[in-house]
Amino acid sequence: MGVTFDQIIDALLQGAYVTIWITLASTVGGAILAFASGIGSLSHFAPARWLSKTYVQIFRGTSLLVQLFWLYYALPVLIGIHISPVAAGILGLSLNIGAYGAEVVRGALQSVDEGQLEAARALNFTPGQTLRRILLPQSIIEMMPPFGNLAIQNLKDSSLVSLISLSDLAFQADDLRNRAFESDTITILGLTLLFYFVMALVLMGAMRLLERYFEKVSGREVAR
Amino acid sequence: MLFGMSWDLTNDWTFAWSIIPMLLIGMKITIIATIFGFLIAMTLGLVFALARSAPTRFISWPVGFVIEFVRDTPLLIQLFFIFYVLPSSTGITLPALEAGILALGVQYSAYCSEVYRAGLQAVPNGQWEAARALNLSTWQTYRDIVIPQAIPRIIPALGNYLVSIIKDTPILSAITVMEVLHVANIIGDRTYRYMVPITMVGILFLILTLISAGFVKFIEKRLPRAGIAVK
Repeated sequence: MGVTFDQIIDALLQGAYVTIWITLASTVGGAILAFASGIGSLSHFAPARWLSKTYVQIFRGTSLLVQLFWLYYALPVLIGIHISPVAAGILGLSLNIGAYGAEVVRGALQSVDEGQLEAARALNFTPGQTLRRILLPQSIIEMMPPFGNLAIQNLKDSSLVSLISLSDLAFQADDLRNRAFESDTITILGLTLLFYFVMALVLMGAMRLLERYFEKVSGREVAR
Repeated sequence: MLFGMSWDLTNDWTFAWSIIPMLLIGMKITIIATIFGFLIAMTLGLVFALARSAPTRFISWPVGFVIEFVRDTPLLIQLFFIFYVLPSSTGITLPALEAGILALGVQYSAYCSEVYRAGLQAVPNGQWEAARALNLSTWQTYRDIVIPQAIPRIIPALGNYLVSIIKDTPILSAITVMEVLHVANIIGDRTYRYMVPITMVGILFLILTLISAGFVKFIEKRLPRAGIAVK
């Protein structure tokens, strides 16, 4: 019984490594889903619109934890394939944050002035060209601040993968708490909170850099 | 058997039908946690908002830090902190549900405080100047001028957080609160059938969030744009 301070730090660092990895993977996955679904919801092709809207409604309308449990416990029964906690965790987080991101993408794309679309049509741009050369460059900067908030939300949400037995930071913290003396609980959980806070600050800084990059590329400023 | 009720394992449909009453018992806890968590969040959020805009930095900066810290750390760990650290360090032992409600309240109070602040700041400065010109006291200005105009901005944002709280309540299952997801898990553990109960919980949440989102929209539409008198 009991753990030393070094053991606590070691285990938390190990968990933080998993948390960082899961958060990065699912943020990238979520961004892809967000663009696919956000663009899809404005498509002229009705099934694409329908699919996007259903996806957003389901994943924004239910709890992330329910989604994770469903992917981990129910889906394998349905399709007969075992899904590892890592796969279920990344998939669940991506799908969840992607649904929130889709609304951001949709809103930003819709905020581009109507005249720009008419001009693109007058210049005989294809829908793909209009999207790539007119809509996205003008709206991407507007997406950045909400994307930053979603990235932080995703980092915090990643703690829930511990409940499907993925050994992330929250999992390590709970495991340590079980092994340690009760008097060490405050140290373990306090440090865990601090770890998450520092990671959130780093993530915020990274999103700020990304924002700067898009500001430079697009020649527009983030409205605050 | 659960809560003295038994399930019918003949097929998936009879199974689904037979566990509805059990899930509804869990749903009751979900709703209780949501309502009380939201009440704490609204009240504590107001305290945070006022403290953050306090005239002295000795109050406003630490409070600002606390709000930021709470916003940037996961609810799950805050929940563990309240449930496991509070008893060992202060001797106050909270039952799981109460600890969960407190954690929800604290996390969302940080969000609510920002809502209040933004709502109050959105009232144009000219309103304050006009109130001063009319010789209204600070209290009168808040009560009759500022707050009535801030309310239509604050309520929709608070409503969105209400929906978010509903969706965060399953996290309380981590400290054994018998909310709806936990009930579904127990049913799954005992019958080795997870698909039906967890899918039903998903559907129940979808219904609950649709209803509450509709309710928020309804209130939003009813709000006069110009504001509501507090009297």
